[in-house]
Parts: sequence; structure tokens; C-alpha cells
Amino acid sequence: MAENVVPRVRVPRDASAGESVSVRTLISHPMESGMRRGSDGNLIPRQIINRFTCAFNGAMVVDVEIQAGVATNPYFQFDAKVDQSGSFEFTWYDDDGSVYTETAEIAVA
Amino acid sequence: MTQTRRQFVGNGLAIAAAFFGLPHIANAATLEEAIATFTGGSDAASDGITLIAPEIAENGNTVPIEVDAPGAAAIILFAAGNPNPDVCTVNFGPAAGSHMVSTRIRLAGEQEVVAIARMADGSFKQARQNVRVTIGGCGG
Repeated sequence: MAENVVPRVRVPRDASAGESVSVRTLISHPMESGMRRGSDGNLIPRQIINRFTCAFNGAMVVDVEIQAGVATNPYFQFDAKVDQSGSFEFTWYDDDGSVYTETAEIAVA
Repeated sequence: MTQTRRQFVGNGLAIAAAFFGLPHIANAATLEEAIATFTGGSDAASDGITLIAPEIAENGNTVPIEVDAPGAAAIILFAAGNPNPDVCTVNFGPAAGSHMVSTRIRLAGEQEVVAIARMADGSFKQARQNVRVTIGGCGG
């Protein structure tokens, strides 16, 4: 498991029904590409977040397949349509099998 | 044989061009292959998709990219000059508010960033933009 992996998400606290809200997510992760060499001259094995998903009340918002070309601390911003109060579930899948999750609540008036 | 300064500089440039130039040609082929795998060989129109990338990126380790393709089911991003041109594939679900995504990617050097959207009706749209990179982002 990579060290100091901290997911962070930002969604608006409230919204009106049917509104598109902007969701910003970031997870601190080294995203080791597998192309770099360490101080001993050997390749550092690849270890990246290979998949990220976001769902709102169980309905998929985005599902991202990630390769080594995504920068360190992968950041994604996208829009979600909310028609009722509920929670966003965010999931990140690491190459080493670890799964990181985060949730965020939103109140819809 | 003695070399003049001018010859020396010229040779250096030629070697550098051979060294840095060849991988780009090799990558062009893999890029087209990668695109064909995604589109199944069908043509991609260039309207209805917006790719926002900086013209000059100070640091290739983190280059902000934004793609907006109204009506897209999925968007795939390629960086033609990277050792592995695949960057990421974004699939939109029923709760997506718009078909826009913004992220940060790595670029090894000056190259073309390609975004291809698969629309809900099965057609494809693509946008390309050249990005100049001051410091490459693939370590090494």
C-alpha cells in the first residue's frame, strides 16, 4: 500500500433539484509510472491508481480507467446531475489491490 | 581530421535529432493503432468536441487538460509522444450532469494531445492540440 494516500473531494453543500453540480476530486498518490529508475539503477515497479469511479445514490456518474499518463495526485473534475438529496460515493482502485473510498453528502431543496 | 566548431555543433544537432526524433515516429504508429482500437477504424469528426490544453506547459509532470463533448458516452485521452500514449478513458453514467472532464496529465515532451469521444449513437469525434513542454514529465 502506498503511503499517505488521502482522498479529498469537494461537492456543493446544497443544490436545487435537477441541477448540475461540479464535483472535484483529488487523491494524493505517487502514481509511480514504472518508467523511472531508482537510485540503484533499477526500474521502480509501476504502482498507480488504475480506476476511479463516482456514483450518486448508486447511479454511476463517471468511471475512469487510468493509465500511467495521469499526473501524480490524480485530479478529476466533472459534473453530476442531482435530483434528490443523497450521497456521492467515490472509489479509487490501486494497482496493489488497495481500494480507497470517500463519501460526500448533498442536500437538494 | 580536425573538426571546426561549426561541424561539431552540426553533428551534435544531427545526433540529437536522431535520438529524440525516432521515438516520435515509432509512437505515431502506436498512437494510430491505439486510436483504431478505440474507434474500430471508423472516422472521427472534429466538431462537437472541445479540448482545452495549454499551448505551453511549464512542467510536463502536471498539465491541466479539459475535454467537453456534449452527448458523449466515453472520452479517451492520448498523449502521442509519451512512452505509453494511453492516458485515461472516462465513461459517463446516467447521473453525469454534463459530458465534461478536467484532469491533469503527464507529457514527456512537446507533443500532440488527442481527445476522442464516443457518442451515444456510436459515432466518434476527435480534437487535437499541440502542447509545448518546457520540462518533460516522464522522469528517467
